[in-house]
Formats: sequence, structure tokens, C-alpha cells
Amino acid sequence: MQTTIETPKTSSGTPEPAPKFKKTSRRSLGDWIVLAAIVAFALAVVFPFIVILINSFKSPTDYATGSPLSLPTSIYLDGITTFWERVNFPEKVWNSFFIAGVVAVLAVVISVLNAYAIGIGRVKGRVSLILLFLLANMLPQEVLLYPLYTIFRTIGLYDNVWSVIITFVVIQSAFGTYLLSSVFGTFPKEILEAAAIDGSGRWRTLWSVVVPISWPTLGVLMVFFFIWTWNEFLIPLTFLISNANQTVPVAITALQGDRLMDVTTTSASALLGMIPTLIFFLIFQRTLTRGITAGAVK
Amino acid sequence: MTTLERETSEATRPLPRHRGVVGGRSYWWYLLPGFALLAIVIIVPLGWNIYLSFTDYRGVVSPQWIGLENWTRLLGDATFWLSFRNSIAMIIAMVLVPTLVGLVLAAALFDVIGRKFGSKLASFLRATYYLPQIIPAVVAAIVIGWILRSENGALNELLGMVGLGSLERNWLGDPSTALISIMAVLVWVQIGYPVVIFMAALERVDPELYEAAEVDGAGWFRRFHAITLPQIRPETFVVALTCTIAALKVFAPVYALTGGGPNNATIVPSYYTYSQFFQSQQVGYGATIATALTIVILAVSILFVVAQTRSERADQGH
Repeated sequence: MQTTIETPKTSSGTPEPAPKFKKTSRRSLGDWIVLAAIVAFALAVVFPFIVILINSFKSPTDYATGSPLSLPTSIYLDGITTFWERVNFPEKVWNSFFIAGVVAVLAVVISVLNAYAIGIGRVKGRVSLILLFLLANMLPQEVLLYPLYTIFRTIGLYDNVWSVIITFVVIQSAFGTYLLSSVFGTFPKEILEAAAIDGSGRWRTLWSVVVPISWPTLGVLMVFFFIWTWNEFLIPLTFLISNANQTVPVAITALQGDRLMDVTTTSASALLGMIPTLIFFLIFQRTLTRGITAGAVK
Repeated sequence: MTTLERETSEATRPLPRHRGVVGGRSYWWYLLPGFALLAIVIIVPLGWNIYLSFTDYRGVVSPQWIGLENWTRLLGDATFWLSFRNSIAMIIAMVLVPTLVGLVLAAALFDVIGRKFGSKLASFLRATYYLPQIIPAVVAAIVIGWILRSENGALNELLGMVGLGSLERNWLGDPSTALISIMAVLVWVQIGYPVVIFMAALERVDPELYEAAEVDGAGWFRRFHAITLPQIRPETFVVALTCTIAALKVFAPVYALTGGGPNNATIVPSYYTYSQFFQSQQVGYGATIATALTIVILAVSILFVVAQTRSERADQGH
């Protein structure tokens, strides 16, 4: 069973330089064909984004008279503003941001505490503990849905963002514990011993030695937890019933069947749904591409 | 927040410190908040859900124990089996296609684009493939759904423009194409994930290997087969396992685009559970489907881990 516990490639988290290839000038015809195929495929992936972008700025009549692939004859912002006001978009962005932000921070804190005991404290039964946390992360959310719904209704947290926050702190920190336990397992003992000799207690060692040294990994985890939580759907859909508490994905989906939304407003709703995470991705792109492979690499 | 504060006061108590750095009982305090939360949010609800699967609970009157009734009903429920058959379609869309295409793309990006056209371009293209992964799955579904609209939707207009007007149809409303449409969403969303993972794996490979193979006259396919594939095997396992689990859990695109219809053509276990809980008020039966899905996910994970261990052992035997 031990073999299933994977260690991430870098616990230091410093960006590894991409291999510097000697760019050879010997580009065969085959290389150009491969390039053309790869670029064509990339265009196919981007195509839906472009279609949504150009149609979000069209008036419904412009859309009906032209083709979905033609550029707008004039820039029309009513679709975007209609949707923006209909769902009170800033409120939804704030809800999503608040939930994802609090979850990212708290889930990392809980992961660190758990992994400190498992990876560095080497408590008894740590393999079963890691398996338990891994299991908790793998479970389908449907299996928790109704009991949690009942629990939150009973304690008065139903239709409150904290119900979603608590749930995701646990689900994300289960993954974080699994990952950080193996990172902390390789933590240099000399540093820990030096801290102990300096008379630093375990609590102080954790916050003044272990956390600062593993900060890059914790940063990657935090970005991940934020994006994963932002993109979640089933649990926010079930627990956040009233309009004022909804997250961006739930609010956008709620309007899809609306007969009053014309075709370009619907397109604008998809555009606004994509923008926040795309901005976030551009800011943290380096952190992310490093981190995607954490946990997947032996 | 309160658990954290409680934790702080407990952990700052003077602890016996003569046992050195490793081992000892006091580390258990650190597991306390995480474990308490895990019990409340995961362990108790899971047990409760399993219990509900043996009851006739409908959300109002307190549950009555009915033994295996839900489970026997499940085994004879055509919709339940159909939902799992659709799960296989989801696995094709999320695991099989992206992994195979991702292998070819990663190899081409690394072995040709990176080496002949510079790693900047390769990174840029990689980021492009990854774009659909970043947006919420349900928004991705809405984007594709918008393109597939029946009334002057972009795809139908496109077909009309290139003279294939006969192919125009109501993609999401027609039972024969609805499932394919959902699969298209998932392929689009998933394609970038294996590319990123596999490219990272290839960075471990010594570029000299490729250079040498090329000098020896090994063509692209030979290099792919002899160098790329063996190098990527551990990652392939991880990608296949995580994506298979994700495919079994698909919910948002089905909810947003088809609601499991038309005629259950796109129903998946997750959506079936949800509709039993909140539309039919059959909580006990919904809990049974959810438990069955959990059993399937566990079985799949165990199978993968066993297969992976075996393949590693075989490697060491060489």
C-alpha cells in the first residue's frame, strides 16, 4: 500500500528552468507539418472562446442577420449590462471570492496541522490516516449531500455561505493533507533538530521553521484550493438557495432556461462566467503550471 | 475559526519536550481540528447516507427500516443501469480520448515544437490547450451548449454555410445526439490536463536521448514509442485514475444542458441521485444510488492501484 503514496517532484516549489534546447535550424518539412497540425488544434480549442467573445457584443438583430462567426457591426453592450444587472454580478463575484478565499486559507492551515503530525510527527497509524484522508477526497459529494443538508438545516447554516465553506475546507484539506504529508516526510531532520536544540517548542518550530521553508508549496496549494472551490457546483447549488448567497456558476446556470434572455445576453452570461477565473489564471499562471503536476509525479 | 483558537490554546500548553523531535504523543493535538471536521463533514454523513439506503426516508416522516428493498429495486432499475452505461461514455470522453490525444500532443510539443521552434512557443501552446480547464465546468457546458443551440446556433449556421445544411439538428434535444454533445463538452474541458502533466514528465527526460535517437535515424514514431511512452507511464496511471473518478462524478454539464434528458438519454449516476433527493423526494433510494456510486469509485481506485503496483514490479523485474 505504501507504494501508492506519491511524493511531488519539487517540495521547494522553485520554478525549474525549462530545458534549453539548442534550436536547430534543421527544420524538416515534417516539423512544419507537425507545427501546422498543433496550431490548428490549438485554434480548435480556442474557437468556442472566440465565438462567445464576438457574440457577446452583438445586438440580437445583428446576430440574427449576420452569422455567429461574423464580427459585430457595432459594439453593443446591452447584453452584458442586462445580464450584469439581472444577476447583480458584483454580488455573485464577491460571494464566490469570499467562499473560495476563506476555503483556500483555512484548508491550507488544516492541511499543515494534519501533515505536521503525520509527516514530521510520524504518529502511529499514519498510513491508515493518509488513506482515510485520500478516501475523504475521492468520495462522490452525492454521498454527503443529504446528511449535510439535514445537518446544516438543523444548526441554521442552510442557505449560508459558511455551510459551503466548512464543507470545502474539509474536502480540500483532505487532499492537502495527503500531499503535504509526503512533502513534510522528506523535511530535513537536521533543521528540526537544530530548532529543538535552540529550545523551540513544536508549535514554534511549525510556524517559524516548517511553514516558511515550505511556503512555495503552500502557495501552490492555496491557488489550487481557490480555483477548485470557485468552480464547484453541486454543493453550492444545493446549499445556497437564495439569490443573494449564490456563487457565479450557480447564478449563471439559474438563468439559462430564462425565455426573457435573448441569444446574445446568454452569450454575455457565459463570457462573464469565464472572465474571473481567466484573470486569476493569468496572474498565477506560473504557480499553476508548476503545481498541476504536484502529486502526479513520482 | 473557533476550532483554530481552541487548538492554539491547547497546543501552547507546555509539552513534555524530552522525547526529541520525532515520535511522541503530543503530535496528536495537531490532528484534533482536522479530524473533528473530517468526522462532522465526511465520516458521519457517509455513515448516515449508508443507513438511509436501508430506509424508506422521504425527507419528512422519520425513516423506517426496510432492509434490502432499495437495493433489490436498484438492481432491477433500468434507469440506474442506463446511468452507468452513460458513465462509460463519460469515461471515453474524459479519460480515453484526452489521454490518447494528450500523449500525441505532449510528445509533439516536446519533441518537435520545443526542440525545433523553441520552448516559449511550446509553453504558449500548452497554456492554450489548458484554457478550458480553468473555467467552471458548468460555464464550459454553457459555452458549448450555446454553440449547439437549435435556433440559429453557431454550429448549425456553420454547417449551413459550408453546404452541410442537412446535418443541422437540435443537438441537445435529440436523444441520438444529446449524449455526444455532453461528451464534446467534456473532451474540450479535459484535453489540456494530460498535456500539462505529460509535458512535465517529459522534462525529466534527457534531451540528449532524443538527439541521439534522431542521429541514429529513428523517426518521430520510433522516438515516441521507444522514449516517450515508457517515460510517461507513471503519469499515465495517475491521469487515468483521477480522470476516471472525475468522469464517474460528472454532474454540472448534465444539469446545465439536458437535465438528464431527453428520455434519460444523458442521465448519469450523480444526476440520478440528485433528482431522487430533490425532485422525487425519494431520499432513501437516492442514498442507495449514491452509495452504489461510492462502491464503484472505490473498486475502480483499488483496481488501478493494484495494476500500477504490478506494472512497477514488472519494471523492477527487468
